[in-house]
Amino acid sequence: MSVDKVREPFVRISKRASIELWRSWLFRAAALFASLVVCGVIIFALTGLNPVRVYAAMFSGAFGTVKRSWVTIRDLMMLLCISVGLAPAFKMRFWNIGAEGQILAGGIVSAALMIYAGNSIPLVPLLMLMFLASAAAGAVWGLIPGVFKAVWNANETLFTLMMNYIAIQVTSYFVALWENPYGSNTVGVINQLSKGGWFPAIFGQMYLLNVIIVLALTILMYLYLRYSKQGYEIAVVGESENTARYAAINVRKVVIRTMLISGAICGVAGFIAVAGAGHTISTSTAGGKGFVAIIVAWLSKFNTLVMVLISGLLVFLDKGAVQIASQFDLNDFVSEMITGIILFFILGSEFFINFKVRFRGRIKEAGK
Amino acid sequence: MVDITKTFGEVVANDKVSLEIRHGEILALLGENGSGKTTLMNTLSGIYLPEGGQIYVCDKKVSITSPKDAFELGIGMIHQHFKLVNLLSAAENIILGLNEHKLIDLKRVRAAVREICDKYGFAIDPDKKVYDMSVSEKQTLEIVKVLYRGADILILDEPTAVLTPQETEKLFAVMRNMKEDGKAIVIITHKLHEVMEISDRVAVLRKGRYIGDIPTCDTCIQQLTEMMVGRAVSLNIDRPACKDGCERLVVKNLTVIDKDGVKKLDNVSFTACGGELLGIAGISGSGQKELLEAIAGLQPAQPGASILFTPVPGRPATELAGKSPRDIKRLGVSLAFVPEDRLGMGLVGSMDLPDNMMLRSYSEGPGFFTNRQEPQRLAKTVVEELEVVTPSLYTPVRKLSGGNVQKVLVGREISSAPSLLMTAYAVRGLDINTSYTIYHLLNKQKERGAAVIYVGEDLDVLLELCDRILVLCAGRISGIVDGRNTTKEEVGLMMTHLSGRCDNVG
Repeated sequence: MSVDKVREPFVRISKRASIELWRSWLFRAAALFASLVVCGVIIFALTGLNPVRVYAAMFSGAFGTVKRSWVTIRDLMMLLCISVGLAPAFKMRFWNIGAEGQILAGGIVSAALMIYAGNSIPLVPLLMLMFLASAAAGAVWGLIPGVFKAVWNANETLFTLMMNYIAIQVTSYFVALWENPYGSNTVGVINQLSKGGWFPAIFGQMYLLNVIIVLALTILMYLYLRYSKQGYEIAVVGESENTARYAAINVRKVVIRTMLISGAICGVAGFIAVAGAGHTISTSTAGGKGFVAIIVAWLSKFNTLVMVLISGLLVFLDKGAVQIASQFDLNDFVSEMITGIILFFILGSEFFINFKVRFRGRIKEAGK
Repeated sequence: MVDITKTFGEVVANDKVSLEIRHGEILALLGENGSGKTTLMNTLSGIYLPEGGQIYVCDKKVSITSPKDAFELGIGMIHQHFKLVNLLSAAENIILGLNEHKLIDLKRVRAAVREICDKYGFAIDPDKKVYDMSVSEKQTLEIVKVLYRGADILILDEPTAVLTPQETEKLFAVMRNMKEDGKAIVIITHKLHEVMEISDRVAVLRKGRYIGDIPTCDTCIQQLTEMMVGRAVSLNIDRPACKDGCERLVVKNLTVIDKDGVKKLDNVSFTACGGELLGIAGISGSGQKELLEAIAGLQPAQPGASILFTPVPGRPATELAGKSPRDIKRLGVSLAFVPEDRLGMGLVGSMDLPDNMMLRSYSEGPGFFTNRQEPQRLAKTVVEELEVVTPSLYTPVRKLSGGNVQKVLVGREISSAPSLLMTAYAVRGLDINTSYTIYHLLNKQKERGAAVIYVGEDLDVLLELCDRILVLCAGRISGIVDGRNTTKEEVGLMMTHLSGRCDNVG
């Protein structure tokens, strides 16, 4: 033991008691900026391209033309819809990673109605029917793991994941059944001429109905989680099952009901994907969006209004990345790299929002 | 320790505290909740790093940046929550984390452990697995572990909170032996009579500041309390006479078997009357929790049990056995329950005060949406009447201190004007001031005519506060005694043995 041996650690990390709202958003903005700088350096180092031009290309990829803007909005609404569906389940700490399957379940039902009833039922009742039927299909897909969790405490993460694969296989079956033209192994565009079951253009905009449905769901879900009795029950069950039982909440009922809602909204997302965007069904109709939505749900801390911003950012990055890949003859990996770096910085900023970091040397001044 | 300052964010936990710890002396560190006792000792044992100040050991300036540094300086801390590996034996736990760069020689360890035990009067079996040990054995093991590492300065954080009076006596005997051996001992405790019994000197902290120290023989409980609280406090617990006396709750043949098939309660029968405070004593884990939870409908009772509850005197009784909390709520029975696990059962930690106020009543009222005005008003009333310290009504209760969390919980439960109020360890971890507030509230409910059940661990308080005391031992009633004419030793004995004594009082 040496005398007068006074060591200071290099950094000290302490938890923040609280942080002002503007400050936390400043951190997030700084993280976004820093990530763009890092991406720029890497792009320049690897390809020698001017990063400013690359970013301009990204913006043009997402919003360069009116048509591109609407496609961006369409994809944003799709991702937002799934995230809103995950919100109640995640708030209850029920890790529903089965959105993919629930989307497909809704999508299959929508496609079936378009194929078998698309040219016989008038458009408005048909769309209402498709909405309800796809919600029901998604709800069933969510209900099954919900019941197993509530009654036998089966692990919902594995269960919902496995349900995805079942949904993919079921979709393959129907794709083969509805194959058109014969031998293509795809369903092709359903009702291309009659447009039966397609979302109608409103004010000349093809995707406006998507926006209306999804934003309505977003706001309703926000009110439901924040102000309704059922939303309160979800929050209590998510915090502690013991507390819920103490408060005379029927935990099983809440778990099952919440998974019905969660699955139903994901089913509606499938309906929008089929009737409002792709007008076809394939095993990639969900296309991994059910997993991206998990990131959206977490980053927004299950606040559906914040989800609008987060899904917007992710969709923008995706569109921009595809554009630079084609414009500068780079491959897809560059775009994935950029998305990865930006997400890393945004997630990292949460650390600085929650913790205070101080370096050696400044501590002594603070101590005096 | 000179001028130690430790801050957490904007909260100053220790403000320029200076403390001297002497060899061959037992120092009691006193202070209310949140006065910085544990923080100060954690700083000494290397868990926290102070923002300012200097520590000297044997006149040498040292810096303690990790528990390992503390060990090297001979400082060892026995925490309130044991840090032992359940699957390992006593000897294995002792050498755990000691990086000796050679093969583990368990034989040598055992011999060394025996030597330590003989020297200070411990009884410990080095080969016993931790999961087989009682709480007191685990604590002994923690102390031996620290001694094995050559500690000269021992810090015990509330060591008696989990012990029976007899076990506490044993611990004190060991502490005296260690003192004789020249060790420096610091004991943190809330129990003032223990301070008077064991310590040589008392140091008092209040709100992070060092108030002073005084030889124990020159002081008294009253003076120490005033030093802690900063003003004169009456230390007498009131015990208003029983009124009313009608039977509110009649429990018969209650048996509870938990999820793992362990019998937690065995054929328990008792009566609780209106206007009476019924205490429940017992070593922790003797079935207290299951008893209250069974009455509240949270634990299923075995067939044959009967829990008759009379909400209004003169009206027919309601059978609660076999009913869920929802069934009970639907019956409109006002039954208040302050559970042991405050944030894990009684409250929702991430929610603010109004949202917690409506935990029990959220579903009342018509409509799909919750009514948040009523809970908001209630939260305001509770904060004002019980002097809850909180930055605002909209702070998550998790961020409040233990005492304030408990006030919020008790405040909510009392607000329903219950005819039966059950509390489990209502003052655990609370300082004297808050504890007295809680006692006062319970007495007020008793005077209102409610039957109050108080599960407690401090026998002195139980004997002063309760009209009758039901003593549980391993899930069975070992006796029901009158709180006015029973001694602590008698209750302590009943906690560990089924004596069969049962006073017919009440």
